Amino acid sequence: MLALQILVDGFAISALYALGATGFTLIFGVSGVLNLSHGALMVLGAVAAWAATNELHAGAYLAALFGIGSTLIAAFATYFVVVRPLQTSRAIPKEETEIFVLTGTLLWGIMIQELIAYFFTDNAKTVLPIVEGVVDIFGVRTPQNEIFTAVICWVVIGVLWLIVNKTRSGKAVLAASMNPRGVTLLGFELSRIYIAIWAIYGVLAGIAGVLLGMFLGVSSYSAGPLTGSAFSIVVLGGLGSVSGSLVAAYVVGYLETVTAYMINPAYRFIPALLLLVAVMYVRPQGLFGRR
Amino acid sequence: MLKRPNLSIRHALLSGAAALASLFAVAQAEAADPIKIAVIAEAQAIAGASIPRAAQLAADEINAKGGVDGRQIQIISYDNKSSATDSVRAFQRAVSDDKVNAVIASYISEVVLALEPWAARLKTVMITPGAASNEITKAIHNDYEKNKYTFHGYLTSAELAQSVCDGAKDILVNDRKMKTAVIFSEDAAWTTPLDVGYKECLPKIGLQVLDHIRMSPDTTDFTPIFNKIEGEKPDVMITGISHIGVQPTVQWKNQQVPIPMLGIASQATNSTFWKDTNGAADGVLFQSVSGPSVAMTSKSVPFADAFNKKYGNFPSYAGYTAYDEVYYIADAIKRAGSTDSDKLVAALEKTDWEGTIGRIQFFGKEDQFTHGLKYGKGLITGMISQWQDGKQVAVWPPEIANGKIRFPSFIKAQNQ
Repeated sequence: MLALQILVDGFAISALYALGATGFTLIFGVSGVLNLSHGALMVLGAVAAWAATNELHAGAYLAALFGIGSTLIAAFATYFVVVRPLQTSRAIPKEETEIFVLTGTLLWGIMIQELIAYFFTDNAKTVLPIVEGVVDIFGVRTPQNEIFTAVICWVVIGVLWLIVNKTRSGKAVLAASMNPRGVTLLGFELSRIYIAIWAIYGVLAGIAGVLLGMFLGVSSYSAGPLTGSAFSIVVLGGLGSVSGSLVAAYVVGYLETVTAYMINPAYRFIPALLLLVAVMYVRPQGLFGRR
Repeated sequence: MLKRPNLSIRHALLSGAAALASLFAVAQAEAADPIKIAVIAEAQAIAGASIPRAAQLAADEINAKGGVDGRQIQIISYDNKSSATDSVRAFQRAVSDDKVNAVIASYISEVVLALEPWAARLKTVMITPGAASNEITKAIHNDYEKNKYTFHGYLTSAELAQSVCDGAKDILVNDRKMKTAVIFSEDAAWTTPLDVGYKECLPKIGLQVLDHIRMSPDTTDFTPIFNKIEGEKPDVMITGISHIGVQPTVQWKNQQVPIPMLGIASQATNSTFWKDTNGAADGVLFQSVSGPSVAMTSKSVPFADAFNKKYGNFPSYAGYTAYDEVYYIADAIKRAGSTDSDKLVAALEKTDWEGTIGRIQFFGKEDQFTHGLKYGKGLITGMISQWQDGKQVAVWPPEIANGKIRFPSFIKAQNQ
């Protein structure tokens, strides 16, 4: 019984982690940016969805769309206000650009987090679930919302895969992650590709944030741990590898769930961090890392 | 080259005028010298945001009626961002730079305990509007001369546990014949004595304690915890939560955990709790010291309404206490005829004030909980409310109840 409970719970949370981590690793893989404001962007989406329900009296679907849209806008803001100016700045030596971008996104994330706390308090917020009620899965009473979360995450990941592998623009993005210069030689506008990738990232992070808000709830304090979690998963899976993040997300998700059920919920984050340290020693490029 | 005689006369006249003018200025300053009260609070937390606002409301009301012996009350706010270190810095600044006469500080026990030695060192009166740890009054009792400047303006954890048991006795045992309970509290300074209190008083009212779960305040996923509790099949979960609230409540509802919750849930006392949980709060039973449209005393409803009118929402529990504190500090200053800290302490000890949460009196030097609030009939009893359809309905004690208890459909409570 307990095993079944762990199986069901672990699946939903891992799917959420997978969606978030996919966006994170895409941004790194294609544009070389380790976006440390990732958690803050997710929280922003969830809080925006909550605000839409409570301040604007929107229904669940509209609120969710509002939340995703907010993260999308914030993702663009991250690119145009923080990342691009730093990447194109002549004042920064080439070798140091990545550190500057890293620090820039970190500070940007803190700014967003503090703004959320300022306007909406640091209290946890939850998003109105689109699907309510419980369902019985082999004796495990599961909220339908959890199933909805897992389904949506996988549908989105599937759509993403289709776009990247089957559409022309998607393939251009994939190519840009392998060889940006080569892509320009083929006549693609690199700047357009970057905009496309940040748009995809914004949508992914927005969906992940809104779903997390429906499932567990978020607060401005969640931003840091969410970024940390995405970072660990992506490093574990291999920076830049989407399939790596998917696998790693499930490894981490289940490690956390097993720990929470069988040892103590307070220690749930520890095994994944230990695993990360171990992987850094044994296989630094992660499970499926390329570079 | 000789100085002209008119110049020295002019000099004399000018200096004379300057001296007179400065004398006047000093006299003016003394007459207008405001009474400064520092408010150190968690402005970004829902419970904390009410503290400076309620204090300001009280100050405005007192000032509108002429202040205290002609002196206006000035509230100086510091946002401590829920941090004990920031609070200590704020306290030091308040006393040395802003020269305040008294401090109202925090609803977090860890913060108040960090400030208590500073109130002692800087010999400045400090009253807390919301922390609950027994350690606060214990320190005053154990070293009175040093710590007498601190006053505990809220119920101690021991009293909170008693308040919950008093309500649970009627609601759960007498009315619903419940027999078993699991204690469900966050791991924090204030819950250690609370849980001790629960373990003592729950069996006395007829509820056997099956288990005692202490959760990390950083917990975000309560599914494993609720699972464990459900496996033990208690009739009720007795809560001790403050730092957490929204997430366990929402997950309780989403998972349809068939066990009701009753106890201390600070976030549930906030008027925004319904919205924050998107209605998952329905059915949650919580202890409080007052509530909107509950006439605990003749001052409760006017205060709550005035606060709502000014700020657009009803105050948290710490707003009620902060409001009362500004009033009885002013009252103590009036009785003492001075803002000198030692005289203020002596005057505060004699406080007998009808506040918004009940009648306020402090325990004395010889009592166990020195400078803590007295609990009991005719003083402060607390009440139990339940969230129903977006409203906080008072359900206990019967004298102030304005509704009946109702549980959501997934709760299997006997004699619903």
